[in-house]
Amino acid sequence: MAEVAEAARTGVRRGRVVEGVRAYGLIAGMWIRSTMAYRTSFVLTAFGNFAMTALDFVAILLMFSRVDALGGYSLPEVAFLYGLSGVSFGLADLAIGSMERLGRRVRDGTLDTLLVRPAPVLAQVAADRFALRRLGRVVQGLLVLGYALVVVDIDWTAAKVLLLPVALVSGAGIFCAVFVAAGAFQFAAQDASEVANAFTYGGTTMLQYPPTVFALDLVRGATFVLPLAFVNWLPASYVLGRPYPLDLPGWVAFTPPLAAAACCALAGLAWRAGLRSYRSTGS
Amino acid sequence: MSAGSGRLYVAVAAGGFRRYATYRAATAAGVFTNTVFGLILVYTYLALWDEKPQLGGYDQAQAVTFVWLGQALLAALAIGGGGFEDELMERIRTGDVAVDLYRPVDLQLWWLAADVGRAVFQLLGRGVVPFVFGSLFFPVALPREVSVWAAFLVTVVLAMVVGFALRYLVALSAFWLLDGTGVTQMAWLAGLFCSGMLLPLNVFPGALGDVVRALPWSSLLQGPADVLLGEADPLGTYLFQASWAVALLALGRLVQSAATRRVVVQGG
Repeated sequence: MAEVAEAARTGVRRGRVVEGVRAYGLIAGMWIRSTMAYRTSFVLTAFGNFAMTALDFVAILLMFSRVDALGGYSLPEVAFLYGLSGVSFGLADLAIGSMERLGRRVRDGTLDTLLVRPAPVLAQVAADRFALRRLGRVVQGLLVLGYALVVVDIDWTAAKVLLLPVALVSGAGIFCAVFVAAGAFQFAAQDASEVANAFTYGGTTMLQYPPTVFALDLVRGATFVLPLAFVNWLPASYVLGRPYPLDLPGWVAFTPPLAAAACCALAGLAWRAGLRSYRSTGS
Repeated sequence: MSAGSGRLYVAVAAGGFRRYATYRAATAAGVFTNTVFGLILVYTYLALWDEKPQLGGYDQAQAVTFVWLGQALLAALAIGGGGFEDELMERIRTGDVAVDLYRPVDLQLWWLAADVGRAVFQLLGRGVVPFVFGSLFFPVALPREVSVWAAFLVTVVLAMVVGFALRYLVALSAFWLLDGTGVTQMAWLAGLFCSGMLLPLNVFPGALGDVVRALPWSSLLQGPADVLLGEADPLGTYLFQASWAVALLALGRLVQSAATRRVVVQGG
């Protein structure tokens, strides 16, 4: 343990990342084992997670029971948008959705326990109470995406096929960055963790609908300010063969990895600033 | 109820109000989040009503008003969770509820008073701002007559009681299940789906629409909304809500007395 502490203190940046991933894996594994002690409870809560998420898609189905198109998009196309957004967000939520508990730890002072442990704080907070039941959301997104891929009318090319996994992983990265930034914000505003919901849950809800539905300013904001459009709107516009509402050139559909990298870097900076500003309650 | 116990429940309600009033940052965060969700929903509803004007008998302005009303009532009526029920369940799980039962107050009325206090605060603290924001920036259909607003407020109070009665039953399930997570989650699902939060109930197709409109959850959002939008007769809505309130509160008492006997058994 002493060597680990030493390595964590003096280690180069690369070492920190490896150490972080290792710590995350250990803590998450521990929570998975504890979850699996009550298997029935796990199955039920995972199903609850699935059902809660599915409600959004039920709303879309109900809408399409009364109309044939929404913002010019058909049901298969909306399902395609929904699936991409749902899986990306589900993966991010599974990986680090526990970040939203940070505010409570800052408030009651239990964050101090994490600070003295020889592992990166971000990894510990992210893996804290790792909730495997959130797989329910990922599964729900995958089912809708699968349905969309079966029914949607797409002229498949190699580039389009390749873009799908790239978009899913980049999208998860962008949502992870939003979670981390929201976590950093909780150092400043401990009680205001709900603000994060507007960008995480609100963001994924918005992306479930076509960009043509929303006011141009909102689409601009989701493209240039908080680049959620890179999760699915931009790559999906390319795959579905639709022009993007802001007249962006076609190649931006391939930039989600860049957007994700930029978001993660900025979120990392925000996290460091937040952690530096932390003052323990002393309790 | 004597004047003395009446004063007691008023004090409990005031306590519930004050307790939530202390969480200022959380309230501000809630206002922000409700406004953002309202914004997203409004655009999807506008797209829907663009495609099919007069869908479900609403025009676009009425549909927009419905969205902001939902955001205003969501926290107050705890449709998506967040009321008193988690606390009561915890007290049942730990056995602290035994102490509550020996107090010279009525358990159900005590929690009703506390929850109404909470709901009134959430309505004023979290509900008004998103609603005003929505009314300023989007075309809304608001009544000019004071009488309609007054009738609407009565339906909101009745909605608070129906919402409480439903969640009281959910909380009491902890006497048998101890862990109420699953029941709570199912209750949220039913609440979101059947209250109109997901989509106005008059948009639901065919028989599904008839069924959800007859269930108690339609008292929470659909009823008050239709009174405010001039789509429903206030008296009929009162009658519907009050019937469900009385039936559910009575059922709560019945379950409570069965549960209380169980506490005695466990205690012995």
